[in-house]
Amino acid sequence: MEFLSYLISGISLGSVYAIIALGYTMVYGIAKMLNFAHGDVIMVGGYISFCAMSYLDLPWPIAVLLAMLVCTVLGVVIEGLAYKPLRQATSLAVLITAIGVSYFLQNAALLIFGATPKVYTPIISGTLKLFGGQLSISYVSLVTIAACIVIMIALTLFTDKTKMGKAMRACSEDKGAAQLMGINVNGTISLTFAIGSALAAVAGVLLCSSYPTLMNTTGSMPGIKAFTAAVFGGIGSIPGAFLGGILLGIIESLAKAYISTQLANSIVFGVLIVILLVRPAGLLGKYVPEKV
Amino acid sequence: MLNKIKNLKSTTKVDFATYFGVIVAFIVITILMNQGMLKRAHVGMLVPICSYITMAVALNLVVGISGELSLGHAGFMSIGAFTGVIAAMSLTSAIPSEPIRLAVAMVVAAVCSGAAGAVIGIPVLRLRGDYLAIVTLAFGEIIKELMNCLIVGHDSEGLHIIFNYNGSKSVEDLHMLTDGAVIVKGAQGTVNVDTISTFAAGFVLVMVTLVIVLNLVRSRSGRAILACRDNRIAAESVGINVTSYKMMAFVTSAALAGAAGALYGLNFSSMQATKFDFNQSILVLVFVVLGGLGNIWGSIIAATVLYILPEALREVADLRMLVYAIVLIVVMLATNSPAVKNVLSKILPKRRKEMD
Repeated sequence: MEFLSYLISGISLGSVYAIIALGYTMVYGIAKMLNFAHGDVIMVGGYISFCAMSYLDLPWPIAVLLAMLVCTVLGVVIEGLAYKPLRQATSLAVLITAIGVSYFLQNAALLIFGATPKVYTPIISGTLKLFGGQLSISYVSLVTIAACIVIMIALTLFTDKTKMGKAMRACSEDKGAAQLMGINVNGTISLTFAIGSALAAVAGVLLCSSYPTLMNTTGSMPGIKAFTAAVFGGIGSIPGAFLGGILLGIIESLAKAYISTQLANSIVFGVLIVILLVRPAGLLGKYVPEKV
Repeated sequence: MLNKIKNLKSTTKVDFATYFGVIVAFIVITILMNQGMLKRAHVGMLVPICSYITMAVALNLVVGISGELSLGHAGFMSIGAFTGVIAAMSLTSAIPSEPIRLAVAMVVAAVCSGAAGAVIGIPVLRLRGDYLAIVTLAFGEIIKELMNCLIVGHDSEGLHIIFNYNGSKSVEDLHMLTDGAVIVKGAQGTVNVDTISTFAAGFVLVMVTLVIVLNLVRSRSGRAILACRDNRIAAESVGINVTSYKMMAFVTSAALAGAAGALYGLNFSSMQATKFDFNQSILVLVFVVLGGLGNIWGSIIAATVLYILPEALREVADLRMLVYAIVLIVVMLATNSPAVKNVLSKILPKRRKEMD
């Protein structure tokens, strides 16, 4: 029973990672860049929804929508101002710019909201008791898992069935050829950032509901772990991000419970290293042979 | 004499200019320090600057010259810092002379972190590109957590080390004799360290690093490393053992980072393992990229300027990291965006010639 509750909290944590990882993996797939500022968009989503609920007394669905809207705009603005001019630059230059954006968001949040952590009110409170109270699951966990599954299905349908989704896949495969076919590559990349940032806002709300301290660095560690999850599942692959996120969450939760709280992150990263050595392109990633 | 200098290769000239610049900077700062013209706060920054310069040059060897992105170099600095502090503290009675003890500590740190670099390098260097980057990130985080669990003490019987992996052990479990002293106290990090690092030692470390890195780069092995960076497949096809050359660069870099860590660790009376986190790795990477990949003197200048910049902005304390972030973004955009480059080439006639 104990094991089951750890497993469920692991899946719930993993769902948050998976939602964040989807943003990472889509952006990587299409723009071939590691967007380190993604973790901080989560934090912005957390703060926006916090303000909407605590200061403006809005109901939570509206707060979530507001957070998604703000983060989407933020994501598109960041992409347009900081990343678009660097389309042709080396990947390291883009990486450093992304780090600059990440520092900017963190310190802007520090200036606006101060250094004291805010206590986040979970969007749904209470726990579900099963087996005569032996197993208790918080509603937040259930909502998180459900949200992750819905997002996953919606995103898969979007990329497989819609015209814009097809354009996204075409751009990630070959930008030049996509452009020749009349696809607006820049617009598609902006769209990807918009979707990724909206997902980050959702992840921010869910993350803060499970772990209710909100401060300017809230997003960075989950961001790094979600990035790990994306690599774990095979970066660029949407089902890979989902699988990687969930597995990472489960491993972290079980390692914390049964092995060592101090070394939980080490165990997660250790598993990642082993997986990458056995499957260098991640669990579901495609291995692309080099052409000479 | 002048003719001799003129006939040198351009790379050799740059190398000599680099050595010369570092020596001149050292002499000027020492004179200023002796004249009492530097504030206490500025003097305190000298040793960390030396240590960051060494880190930046070491990381440049991996990222710029070997062409592999490492996001976990703070881990090697951490290993160096802790082994260096442990070595220096436990040799206090054996080696009374502080400079020699510092040198021994740095050598021990370099050896330990070079060994760690070899162990990590074997799996890591088989991967490519972003996957390699993420695995170095993972190793950096693992090292941080392992160091956080370390409890070390020293008494007349020798070193006592326990690994506090589940948080249940404390200093009492070391079972030390009454003359013992705790060196590393788990998550609290190092305690009561003799701060034996000096600016002169930092200068020597920077010079040694420069000699090692510049000579490595200009040697036959260095050319092989550059060849692997520029075209792995072509290098392999002419018989260069890519993995072993990449390994050479990685281990050298790790060892130098370890020595820099020892210098850094012995400059503060206490230091936590969490100091050497992902952000620290990124900080050094920013030095390397802004200084120019593969450009050693660029790393030195970038490390110095970017270390001083946030401190100099302390007057606008709340805004300083924000300004730092904006500077970072603007510099990256200015140096890499084609639109900005075009504007620059119109303003500066020299640049246009280069572009043609």
